[in-house]
Amino acid sequence: MSRVSSPTFRDSLSVSFTVGAYGVAFGAAAVANGFSIVQSCLLSLLTFSGASQFAVIGVIGAGGSAISGIATASLLGFRNGLYGVLMAPILKVRGFKRLIAAHITIDESTGVSLSQEARGPEAMREGFWLTGFGVFIFWNLFTLAGALGAKAMGDPSAWGLDAAVPAAFLGLVWPRLKSSTDKTLAIVAALFAIATTPFLPAGLPIIGTAVIAVAAGLRVKK
Amino acid sequence: MNNTLWLGVIGTSVIAYALKLAGHSVPEKFLSHPLIKRINLLIPIALLSALVAVQSVTTKSAIVFDHRLAGLGAAILALFFKAPFPVVVLSAAITSAGFYNFL
Repeated sequence: MSRVSSPTFRDSLSVSFTVGAYGVAFGAAAVANGFSIVQSCLLSLLTFSGASQFAVIGVIGAGGSAISGIATASLLGFRNGLYGVLMAPILKVRGFKRLIAAHITIDESTGVSLSQEARGPEAMREGFWLTGFGVFIFWNLFTLAGALGAKAMGDPSAWGLDAAVPAAFLGLVWPRLKSSTDKTLAIVAALFAIATTPFLPAGLPIIGTAVIAVAAGLRVKK
Repeated sequence: MNNTLWLGVIGTSVIAYALKLAGHSVPEKFLSHPLIKRINLLIPIALLSALVAVQSVTTKSAIVFDHRLAGLGAAILALFFKAPFPVVVLSAAITSAGFYNFL
């Protein structure tokens, strides 16, 4: 990383800051769902994967068990494993560096790295490390800011925080809805979750939709 | 309740890291199977959509239509006009807070 090429640096920094700023929404949402400031910050430091973090606070905040919260979050974290598979041959790191690389293997670091392909493998590695560390720093700072802010606010509903959480989920899922299968799945999953909420223990209506996703994946053969 | 929260924080973090590290360690051909890849794209769509729904129109085990739904409507509108993520979240919050405080 001796020679930081400036376009890669710019890409990494702009992604880091923009994505990191979502940390405000997470910190505020975590506190609104009953998590303490320390717990909110630990989730950002240790889990460090936005969708999983929102999922665990969302499920437990809605009254779900720890197990269903963890299961939902982990299903969402599975894709980071796939990113690791993609990144390992590019990064070629061992030992302690690999342990660090794993922690910052997320949507953004992988995305920026892969987008640098035309600039060569060195730029891909720079993109990964810079974006990974950049998002880590901003995400955690903004989480703390959001958690402190929400604590100071009082009634979350009066500030619209209870609507900000589903809006954040919607903002995360919206760009993923490309094919008609995606859109149908989104609507079916939403309806299933609402329809089963009165009958199933909290959390299950959400995890249950993973089965629908697997079924949709098996059905669409191409 | 507090134990649930801590268990959630620690359990999620441990598994999240284990999944990341596993990815850096497994042979590529296992996880790059097309079916695994396809399902891996679909699972987040289902879970996130379910979370949107549950967080918007349910309270405990009841279906409730309230100010949050107005907020969600604002978010959909913002996304429809390709607004960036912070604008989406903010417009939902402002709309919902307006309904909650003034209606």
